[in-house]
Amino acid sequence: MIDEKIILAILMTCSIGAAAGYLGTLMLSKRMSLVGGPLGHLTLPGITLALLWGFDVSIGAFAMLLFAIILIWIFEKRTKLPLETLTAIVFSTSVAVAFLFLPHEEVEVALIGDISQLSLKTTLGSIFLSTLSFITVRKIYKKIVFISISEDLAKSEKINTDKYNLIYLLAVALVIGLSIRIVGSLLTAAIVSIPAATSRNLATNMKQYAYGGAIAGGLAGLLGIMLYKLFSIPAGPSVIITSSVLFVISSLFKKD
Amino acid sequence: MFKESIDMVNNLALKVKDLTVKLNDQTIIDNLSFDVIKGETLVILGPNGAGKTTLLRAILGTIPSQGEIVWSVNNISYLPPNELLQRKEVLPLTVEDFYSLKEITKERINKSLVSVGLEKSIIKKRIAHLSTGQFQRLGIAWALVDNPDTLLFDEPTSGIDIGGTETIYSLLHSFWEKQKLTIILVTHDLSVVWEHADNVLCLNKKGICHGIPSQALTTKSLQKLYGVGVKYYKHNNK
Repeated sequence: MIDEKIILAILMTCSIGAAAGYLGTLMLSKRMSLVGGPLGHLTLPGITLALLWGFDVSIGAFAMLLFAIILIWIFEKRTKLPLETLTAIVFSTSVAVAFLFLPHEEVEVALIGDISQLSLKTTLGSIFLSTLSFITVRKIYKKIVFISISEDLAKSEKINTDKYNLIYLLAVALVIGLSIRIVGSLLTAAIVSIPAATSRNLATNMKQYAYGGAIAGGLAGLLGIMLYKLFSIPAGPSVIITSSVLFVISSLFKKD
Repeated sequence: MFKESIDMVNNLALKVKDLTVKLNDQTIIDNLSFDVIKGETLVILGPNGAGKTTLLRAILGTIPSQGEIVWSVNNISYLPPNELLQRKEVLPLTVEDFYSLKEITKERINKSLVSVGLEKSIIKKRIAHLSTGQFQRLGIAWALVDNPDTLLFDEPTSGIDIGGTETIYSLLHSFWEKQKLTIILVTHDLSVVWEHADNVLCLNKKGICHGIPSQALTTKSLQKLYGVGVKYYKHNNK
């Protein structure tokens, strides 16, 4: 009989994976797939504090992400340096600071996640928040596509590009904060970018592409957790490797 | 400063007064003033880096500027240069998806495609798979689909051969005649001015000349615009 913890893990991982995959399709279109990596690393001090003081790692991760995004935004305004440079500075510093305080026995949890201690409350909260991110981004999906085709064109159509970019970034931060529990801070780039790439291989229009990202992300979550249960391998790497396998399979069937 | 008002009393579509645009502490456009009359085709002419695209972006209000910009039109449609539109293989965007950004019904999409000589069947085709000429036609159709009274086009024929260029301008001209459009067109192609412009604005950071092409484009103004070596060639079409 499947135990309750596994059902909770499947529900949570599928919902977060689907939301991350859906949001990731826009990251690919905005050529920011790799941003997920630095964003994940930025969460490390938050995860460290959560582990030290015993509160939820996703709350620590999300709070740290918000702080880091504000910090990068302030530096960008003051220095006019490229965002990639500032993100690199802030994320490297975050990793360095986190490792000063991160207890050795918690390193693995922080880096590749841990779903062994899931509660119903945490699972329901994660499902609710990932659904919220999904619905929010679904509402603004076309606007973000417009912006990624041409920001000037979007502005000329009276689209408030700053507002929509901010909403999207906050949704990404939320999903990354949630996914930290499953894949840790090391593998966040993968959970948002691989399902999008898989979907891109198979989709022939935008609708298929967007929902394909969600399906690929959700499926990777389901199969990844099943492999975790069957072979007792860490859940985070299991989900990401499954996602990579789906990508390889999709590349065999790539549409023009 | 960007102001939009419906001023139907006079015949002006756009009034630009003392416009200055600075980007990263560099002056891109310096104290430029000009008017556009309703139904006019104004060609903005200038060498690369003269500030033509910046001027379009400023009058659209997509970048900050100083001075006065007053529109007296209802619906402006803008099309950026071909190369600035992300139509590479990043997104599986179909023609239908492209139109859906404007929330247009399928019936109107079909009409719009036919109006520029494109087959209805291309609706399911991916944008990335269109030829440059088809894409330019699509751009025009897309810009016109929500019935604008004013069109702003930035280098609409970049990357197209001479035959294709002529087709695009003829197409624009026919829409201009049919729909009494006000058109503001950016180019560095002098022949476009002779063939299609009511007025020309020569821009090289500052306004070098403005008026009817046959009067505004003198040897002196062209040399000032492009540097020495450019000769005045009087065209008979206008």
